[in-house]
Amino acid sequence: MKDLYDVLIVGGGVVGSAVARELSRYQLKIGVLEKNLDVCYETSGRNSAVVHGGFAYDTGSLKARLCVEGNRMMGDLAEELDFPFLRCGKVLVGNTPEDMETLKRTISQGEANGASGLRLIGKEELHRLVPAVVGEFAMLSEKSGILDPFQYTIALAENARANGVDYYFDHEVTAIRRLKNGGYCLSTPHGEYESRWVVNAAGLGCKTISDMLGITGYRVIGSKGDYIILDKRVGHLLPMPVYPVPSNTYMGIHVTNTIDGNVIVGPNAEEVSDFRYYGVPQKNIDYLRNSASALWPHIERGNYIRNYSGILPKWVDENGVIQDFKIEIQDDIAPHAVNLVGIESPGLTAAVPIARYAIGLMKEREELKENPDFNPRRKGIVRFAGLSREEQERLIRENPDYGEIVCRCEKVTRAEILQAIHNPLGVDTMAGIKYRTRAMMGRCQGGYCQMRVEQMLEEELGRRPEEVLYARKGSNLLMGTAR
Amino acid sequence: MEKRDVIVIGGGPAGLTAAVELYKKGVRDILILEREKHLGGILRQCIHDGFGLTRFHAALTGPEYAERFISQAEELGIPCETGTTVLDISPEKVVTAVSRRGLVQYRAGAVVLAMGCRERTRGALAIPGERPAGVFTAGVAQAYINLYNRMPARDAVILGSGDIGMIMARRLTLEGVRVQAVFEIQPYASGLPRNVEQCLNDYGIPLYLSHTVTEIHGDGRLTGVTVSQVDGQMRPVPGTEKYYACDTLILSVGLLPENELSMDAGVTLDGRTRGPVVDEYFQTDRKGIFAAGNVLHVHDLVDFVSLEAEKLADGAAGYVKEGSLPECPVEVREGAGISYTVPQRISGTRDVTLSMRVKKPFRSCRIVVRQDGREIASGKLARAIPAEMIHIPVRASEIAGTKPLSVSVEEPA
Repeated sequence: MKDLYDVLIVGGGVVGSAVARELSRYQLKIGVLEKNLDVCYETSGRNSAVVHGGFAYDTGSLKARLCVEGNRMMGDLAEELDFPFLRCGKVLVGNTPEDMETLKRTISQGEANGASGLRLIGKEELHRLVPAVVGEFAMLSEKSGILDPFQYTIALAENARANGVDYYFDHEVTAIRRLKNGGYCLSTPHGEYESRWVVNAAGLGCKTISDMLGITGYRVIGSKGDYIILDKRVGHLLPMPVYPVPSNTYMGIHVTNTIDGNVIVGPNAEEVSDFRYYGVPQKNIDYLRNSASALWPHIERGNYIRNYSGILPKWVDENGVIQDFKIEIQDDIAPHAVNLVGIESPGLTAAVPIARYAIGLMKEREELKENPDFNPRRKGIVRFAGLSREEQERLIRENPDYGEIVCRCEKVTRAEILQAIHNPLGVDTMAGIKYRTRAMMGRCQGGYCQMRVEQMLEEELGRRPEEVLYARKGSNLLMGTAR
Repeated sequence: MEKRDVIVIGGGPAGLTAAVELYKKGVRDILILEREKHLGGILRQCIHDGFGLTRFHAALTGPEYAERFISQAEELGIPCETGTTVLDISPEKVVTAVSRRGLVQYRAGAVVLAMGCRERTRGALAIPGERPAGVFTAGVAQAYINLYNRMPARDAVILGSGDIGMIMARRLTLEGVRVQAVFEIQPYASGLPRNVEQCLNDYGIPLYLSHTVTEIHGDGRLTGVTVSQVDGQMRPVPGTEKYYACDTLILSVGLLPENELSMDAGVTLDGRTRGPVVDEYFQTDRKGIFAAGNVLHVHDLVDFVSLEAEKLADGAAGYVKEGSLPECPVEVREGAGISYTVPQRISGTRDVTLSMRVKKPFRSCRIVVRQDGREIASGKLARAIPAEMIHIPVRASEIAGTKPLSVSVEEPA
């Protein structure tokens, strides 16, 4: 007997998980089919982690409207779902009269979009806000911020899960078939799933899924950006993200403080068609450093701790011009299918408003009954590192596992790792533990804790060493026992 | 807040030796804080032999070498908290530590920094390419095999000819792994010649100098690496790329003294050693905070770690008893051919031994210590290589006044 759902969401990234969480407010049986082994292995976890102000997008666009909404609600959402978010502001730094004109236009556009807290600042204020920056003046966006993109996505997914949503990992949708009853049958390597509604929140796979639904003709390109992560040692030199003055489609290489105190440098923007290749070439690493050093001259090789890349799915027209978010139901072609195409930046900021917009389209076609048991609150893993000494002492008294530091760089304790291993979504990869705790994310990159974490994962989940995966399918960490 | 005359941070060879020697010199109120469940530090996973040839005139394994000090510390009854991680050292020498028993703060009369070093990672080198599973630092691979009984590889390539990398080439080979080659970006091996001989040559594992990994491939497990030759500036030479299919890349690309706690304490670090700047008593520029072993500068042999920690114990014991140590106004600077010297400051009133490394290999050369242009000490070497530390004694009677000393390599004209 196949599982029968009211709604199946294809893709468990930040948008898919936001849709799942927002839909769980209603009396619906909901499932999420995710091709990866966790919720933020692609674009949702591979970005600058900036909560945008909403000034950079054309007035009247969905990007502008949903970004401003997302920015406005982020504080409450972070509190409700217990993920790290900081409204630290951000600056766009300029030097020339042309830059000044662009910034003035950006402020007018931002205000027309409903963004608040935008103003020009002179050199003195700029250097007071970010002493280490190079530039003559800037636009300050007070409402911009940063968050932990992993925790944010995981929080949405875990809250959805707690409200009854089923998550299926390693479930890549390979075909979609219309059923006689008007519903859909979705094929995956692990069987078929039926649903009355389908939501395409497939991110980089949005065109593939859209095509499967019969909504053809979208052109989606990948825009790949590489990043360098710097040691926390330099974190104090960057209290807020520093961007150059943008061109109309590209925000430019920037330096961003992370919520955990690191600095990230990037991204460049390269058009790609391979949406699975995340390699970072040497020339891009050097290019990032050289470009960003003009803004913030503190990028030393000795402070590199890692590099990564992400790919944004951009919907473009036949001339290659980047289009707005597309959120639609094409009743004549694919009724009961919500199609989200080209959800790129500012998708992280706008995820919940995107979800609500999508659900709005569903509500125009079907009455959704409130779920009286919906609980909007979710509690994350209590982290030892950020607490006061008194709170740390109390935690250890309650649970001695909080006294055992496993990851020395990020000061992650055994208690946190155990909670991450037994996470509500059932994710069982090393990267899953990393994203949930920050173990292995520090400057030694797991040199001290990787073996301990692996050992705990084996013991807690009863796995053999050769079964433990790093992140993706096939990413087996070990070959087995030595003897 | 508890008080201790000396808190030793780290129960590896440096910390253990320092604690034992301090005790022997009459300092009894000592506490060793060790984050692992057992004492011994990185020696625990070094099950090969060759330790102790200088210090004990015996070829010991790592655990055997450590055991000599652990059993002494136990016999002497030196208190030790294992499973205890130091979270912070304040400039006032308040040490905050955490364990399953709770959070404890100690006010220390003196602090011995003996935290050792960590391995440079792929991220720090920014090796281009994808990020599959199967890229391990040599120490992680060593820990998996020797401490956890886990096999990290079947078919490996090693980048970097550091000592742990070469030792792992042998270790993996003995465990049935195919080790295809070791690639070294420098035109010379970065580890000890004896390891090139015993770990690579004896097993027929080729060492390619002036080569580096220029791309990592694979999105699940590693599928291969691209290796390129490098030019004199260590830049990859286009057209020399060669693909090696393998499932594992082992990195042995350098060790970094682990000084995050030292920085919390306000200790000044030396940009070359990446360890604290110390005087001949192994005291940092924070009075009463001492450092020895790999946290100070990366050593070639553990024997020298022990010898250094013994000297530290001399200084620290004096500090505990007297409340201060004599000034060390004479700076020691590196001249031509020398990458660093330790200590960086000396009193000029006692005989000292300077430890140093050369920047590149030299054949038949002299290491010369000069003050104001005058030669005051020297050592003649048939061979000087960056892999081997060099020790040059300097007699106090030769030092005049407080003008800086300069150490350089002088080659025959």
